[in-house]
Amino acid sequence: MFILLPVAAVLQSGFGNGLGNLQDALNSFGAQNAIKLTLMMAFLTAIINGVFGTLLAYIFVRVPFPGRDLLSTVVDLPFAVPTLVAGVMLVALYGPHSTVGGWLERHGIHIIFAPLGILLALLFVTLPLVVRSVQPVLIELDTAEEEAARVLGAGGLTTFRKVVFPALRPAITAGALLAFARSLGEFGAIVFVSGNIPNKTLTAPVLITQLLNPTTFGAVAGPGEAAAVSSLLFLFSFVLVLITERVSSHSLQRASEL
Amino acid sequence: MNAVSTSARANRRKARLWRALMLSVALLYVAVLLLAPLGGIIYYALKEGMGEVGHTFRQSDVRHAFYLTAIIMVVTVIVTTFFGIIVALVLARDRFVGKRLVSALVDLPLAVSPVIVGLMAVLLFGRGGWFEPFFAARGIQVIFALPSMILVTIFISIPFVIREVVPVLQELGMEEEQAAWTLGASRLQTFRRVTLPNIRWGLLYGIALSAARSIGEVGAVLIVSGSLQGQTETATLYILRAFDQYQEQQAYIVALTLASFSIVMLIGIETLKRRASREAG
Amino acid sequence: MAGSIQVRGLTKSFGAFRAVDDVTFEAAEGTITALLGPSGSGKSTVLRMIAGLEQPDAGSVWVAGEELTEASVQDRRLGFVFQHYALFRHMTVRKNVAFGLSVRRVDKGTQRERVDELLELVGLAPFGDRYPDQLSGGQRQRVALARALAPRPQVLLLDEPFGALDARVRQELRAWLDHLHRELGVTSLFVTHDQEEALELANEIVVMNHGRVEQVGPADAIYNQPATPFVAAFVGASNVLRGTVWERHVHFGHSIVAGAHEIPDGAEAIAYIRPHDIEITNEAGATSFPVAVERRTDMGWMSKLHLRLEDGQPLVAQLPNEEIVGVEAGQRLFANLRNPKVFAADRADVESVTVPGAIVAPAETQTEAQAEAQV
Repeated sequence: MFILLPVAAVLQSGFGNGLGNLQDALNSFGAQNAIKLTLMMAFLTAIINGVFGTLLAYIFVRVPFPGRDLLSTVVDLPFAVPTLVAGVMLVALYGPHSTVGGWLERHGIHIIFAPLGILLALLFVTLPLVVRSVQPVLIELDTAEEEAARVLGAGGLTTFRKVVFPALRPAITAGALLAFARSLGEFGAIVFVSGNIPNKTLTAPVLITQLLNPTTFGAVAGPGEAAAVSSLLFLFSFVLVLITERVSSHSLQRASEL
Repeated sequence: MNAVSTSARANRRKARLWRALMLSVALLYVAVLLLAPLGGIIYYALKEGMGEVGHTFRQSDVRHAFYLTAIIMVVTVIVTTFFGIIVALVLARDRFVGKRLVSALVDLPLAVSPVIVGLMAVLLFGRGGWFEPFFAARGIQVIFALPSMILVTIFISIPFVIREVVPVLQELGMEEEQAAWTLGASRLQTFRRVTLPNIRWGLLYGIALSAARSIGEVGAVLIVSGSLQGQTETATLYILRAFDQYQEQQAYIVALTLASFSIVMLIGIETLKRRASREAG
Repeated sequence: MAGSIQVRGLTKSFGAFRAVDDVTFEAAEGTITALLGPSGSGKSTVLRMIAGLEQPDAGSVWVAGEELTEASVQDRRLGFVFQHYALFRHMTVRKNVAFGLSVRRVDKGTQRERVDELLELVGLAPFGDRYPDQLSGGQRQRVALARALAPRPQVLLLDEPFGALDARVRQELRAWLDHLHRELGVTSLFVTHDQEEALELANEIVVMNHGRVEQVGPADAIYNQPATPFVAAFVGASNVLRGTVWERHVHFGHSIVAGAHEIPDGAEAIAYIRPHDIEITNEAGATSFPVAVERRTDMGWMSKLHLRLEDGQPLVAQLPNEEIVGVEAGQRLFANLRNPKVFAADRADVESVTVPGAIVAPAETQTEAQAEAQV
């Protein structure tokens, strides 16, 4: 528990340094756009992987097919792969000098150095978060309710909509929130793929590292602005963690009531 | 009679179609998103042949980078395992005020950007930071040196062991431990002989995740290390630099090495776990 | 005093809930005592306090003349058997049984001998190398017992040991525990909500309700001389009749029954009558009163008679067929009540009147009698 005390101390220092410079920071260095881009990417990621993650979880639990275990391991791949390597992989595959990348570029689809690349990187990294959030809840779910619905005449889609989905909703939300939070802070996977073009593909975390890079810690700019942007990002993350905690304990409560 | 059976058959066919559709969509998604990039890097890393791979490993800065990464990983794993078990035991078993808060705090490093973690470390240990005078007086260099890199990596890796062990502990309950006490076992004996074997797999998986995370960390160590080539450059930082300096081949190879190590580790634990549960069943 | 268990004034609250309230009793050496009561009566908590798994707020625990109240669980040297066995899932049966010995650094040879001895005793000798999840419930509980007995504890504590098993296995193990206790003579204290189990196995029964001790005594005292309305209702099937006291008799309508010894005249009282303590006669006698036979259910060697008294209260009698030849529904006969247990009505709180006690006779009688007793 005492390892968490430095965390508390650090929280204070982060905020103390940032509040004053917040205004300046936000109006310069393309910070506003960076934050907007970060938020939007995170949002898209959460939505897309929310859908696909749930789909995958459903398949793992309900649809038997050969190689299911293998697929499950593959889905956990992003946990094993360092985020930077994920970015490297995307560059390798879609970079302009690769066959695939070249082909895509010619058809006007830009992945490297474009927002789409960022999105792919984030989707890669966050997929297992959603799947693993939904899967245990799905396992616990008693098929009796679904069977009852079917006996009463509901078709597959209706059953899913009315019986399965509401029960899964908290888990899906928790997973999506986790994906969102993770995407907000992602650095390693993005730093290669995006090209870090200010106002176009520069995300907040990368911006922060840039602000800190002229490592002259006596200077006023740099760390101050970095702290400002960080504090904002940090606030988002912290709030998300609290929301996730509330959502997941709610669903735990309801699951135990079932 | 006929109408009923045909519609039943049609329903089943519809269901099968749905399933096939779901499966193909999911498989396609996974293939494009996860497998293709993996294939890509394997191809490009090995494209120039094994000779290039050997050459990369012989470079001194590459070796130093691996060496540094290894040290960080080992220390991180030891610390997070030790504290992780303690915190997990407390979280899973004891009742106390503010438990939810502690639980959220444990999850915090997962949600916070590693870049911010790096910044926090700089603020704490860098010039003008809170702890700086303490360390400077003892001549210990924290920022731009190994200690801070280890610290940030520990911070980031804390949740993994805890998150894997807590649910296992909760499922197990305390009865076996209580039985051990009634038979005269001290708390330590009970922990060693009853608790530990029972959390074995969850613990190992958490350790593996923690290790994978620690070798993959880049954002925080970038800020905190100053990237002094050959001195405070981890494998991931090497990849960053190599790319910048157009040594892409080397970067791919090192990247693939890191990825392979983690993947093998996780698959290994996963297989062991599955075999263990098959034996017990 | 050796090997006896004594608790004095044990009290424990969980927050605002008082689980155990000033409990005192003694289990003599070599005996087998039951803590009997409904769920929530505090009996498990008492047992766990004796074992040291819970700490009392007040009171003391003595085993073999030595006070153990402050001692740690490990130091108490008591055997404990859990309802859900709590076997060490990653150890073989042998390792489980040997655990208490290996923790005390007993040498391997002695360990092996003792384990063999115990496995033989519980009839599981060929299962030594199996794992708990390869055993049935009954087998697991036997292993748990062997494990608890291996270090030769002073006393044996069992927490609803057969609660998790199905009825037939429960019966088998009950007989087997009885046999085991006779052989080993270890002072034993077990918790149960099954009164049949308590009556069959225990030398002494401590009946508990709402954290308090209702009565302590041997089985027949509990059954035939219940000290409180709760015990009367909980143990054995009972008919419940309400009436007013006059001259040491309880009057309900024109019927009376003796036994209201300490209750003042004019007070309301409740009489508990066992279904088999009812005598049916054709003619009125000195103490009998008229009843109408509403229904007769033949159950092989005996029958249930659903009777109704003149003031409308129901009565269910259970008698061997030879005693009630020719008795049929619609007849008006006379009933004589033996062994009524009478209590003042204010002593019997609402709960104890409606408590469904498990019964010695077939279950059907009980539920019906109780349902009808809810006047």
